[in-house]
Amino acid sequence: MSLRTLEELKASGELRTSSKLEAILKMGHLAVTSECGPPRGSDPKAVTEKAELIKNHVDAINTTDNQTAVTRMCSLAACIHVKQMGLEPVLQMVTRDRNRIALQSDLLGAASFNINTMLCLSGDHQSFGDCKQGQNVHDLDSMQLIQTVRRMRDDGKFLGGDDIKRPPNIFVGAAANPFADPFEIRVPRLAKKIACGAEFIQTQCIYNLDKFEEWMRRVRERGLHEKVFIMAGMTPMKSAGMAKYMKNRVPGMDVPDEIIARLSGVPKDKQAEEGINICVEAIQRLKEVEGVAGFHIMAIEWEEKVPEIVERSGLYPRPQV
Amino acid sequence: MIIASKKPIEEIIQEVKDYKRLLILGCNECVTVCEAGGKKEVEVLASTLRMHFIKEGNEKKIEERTLERQCDHEYLEEIRGIVDNYDAILSLACGVGVQFTAEKYHSTPLLPGVNTCFLGANEQRGMWTERCQACGSCILARTGGICPISRCAKRVMNGPCGGSSKGKCEINKELDCAWQLIIDRLRDLGRLDDYEIVAPIKDWSTERAGGPRKVVREDVQV
Repeated sequence: MSLRTLEELKASGELRTSSKLEAILKMGHLAVTSECGPPRGSDPKAVTEKAELIKNHVDAINTTDNQTAVTRMCSLAACIHVKQMGLEPVLQMVTRDRNRIALQSDLLGAASFNINTMLCLSGDHQSFGDCKQGQNVHDLDSMQLIQTVRRMRDDGKFLGGDDIKRPPNIFVGAAANPFADPFEIRVPRLAKKIACGAEFIQTQCIYNLDKFEEWMRRVRERGLHEKVFIMAGMTPMKSAGMAKYMKNRVPGMDVPDEIIARLSGVPKDKQAEEGINICVEAIQRLKEVEGVAGFHIMAIEWEEKVPEIVERSGLYPRPQV
Repeated sequence: MIIASKKPIEEIIQEVKDYKRLLILGCNECVTVCEAGGKKEVEVLASTLRMHFIKEGNEKKIEERTLERQCDHEYLEEIRGIVDNYDAILSLACGVGVQFTAEKYHSTPLLPGVNTCFLGANEQRGMWTERCQACGSCILARTGGICPISRCAKRVMNGPCGGSSKGKCEINKELDCAWQLIIDRLRDLGRLDDYEIVAPIKDWSTERAGGPRKVVREDVQV
């Protein structure tokens, strides 16, 4: 896609929301997002300090929603802190903890702070977290949440059918895991999310580049890359130990043995650096894949490395919108 | 059928220890089939309790009875004449039977002797697995005859989630991913294209969420 200016884009009438991420993707830039995991406490600095580290190198910042089912500061509050810094937050919402009343209500709350971008997820099962004995809700699933947001935004209607005064103005994203099983429905599943109204995708962390490229080939075969912006998920490995843990313990993660071998092949004090090298090389390779619209860099509790990854990957400076 | 499992004996002892005259009441339906509360289990539990309390020097009158069903007025009437001989009834029926018995014999304490678990099937000898959550609005026609509500840990209606790995669920490597089963069956039925039909937002009002439920059939009422 050739680059367009914001003025050209605005004139084209293709912008649906005021989301900065939407504008950058539709202008034709490779977008860069990252994330701030909210703290297990109420100190806003835990969010703002992370955001400060990455703010000049990313277009938008996801705030995760009780990730791995561990109780944390809520995603919406973290988004508000990010927004108040003049940055662009991406509200992550999982369907595990809230029913349709709470989800719609939080969407309006987010919209009232002009939070314009969100990501719809089902959420890790609570048995992974700190409230194993708790209920899960799953009144809606992630696809139905996408539909809900689109209905609220595009039709100005609640699920119950009533009109919304000042509907939310939100660019809607979803996750995709190109590596989970069964592989044969990974692309149909993406098609389903697009049919529900997903406008951008942030993928699961990619380590198996061959398999990701095969998935992208099938995505292109169906023309889905022209219907949704696919942002490739990247997480740098800090050590060989982390790589082994991700391979063996994290559901839906595909870490090839070569990655573990490469990290194990350097001294312990150099493994982090090697992890960054692997991540940068992967981004450089995937930048060339048709249909990859950007990168979502999830440097978990390692936010200070995001600027280096972005710069070395040739994704800096970020476009000004 | 309704699947139940035996309560720990320590818990039962704690519940019954203050009653002198106890009736252990079995049920000849589901709990008999799942070997938690039929005649055989009543006998074993009665013997265990008798021995325990004799050893403690706290001998009790513990008697046994198993009804055809505890979820039916007709069969529950069979014990009307003897209920007053007991200080409490320990029912080994499912939660339905325990409550129905309690409603009928209002002044007699009713104690549950099993944990009622789920609606399931006898998958193999000694193993019962869940198949239905009685949501009140069956969607099996759309899901290849496999229920994502009862068999997916997140009851995802448009699955599988990202945690499906080698056909198993992220919460337990022993547990089949319901959506893998659904997809396999749709493929075998030549209906894999149906996978892309988006399941609509579910009306949960026919489920627990809508409050206690009732089925009324005027055509069979007398």
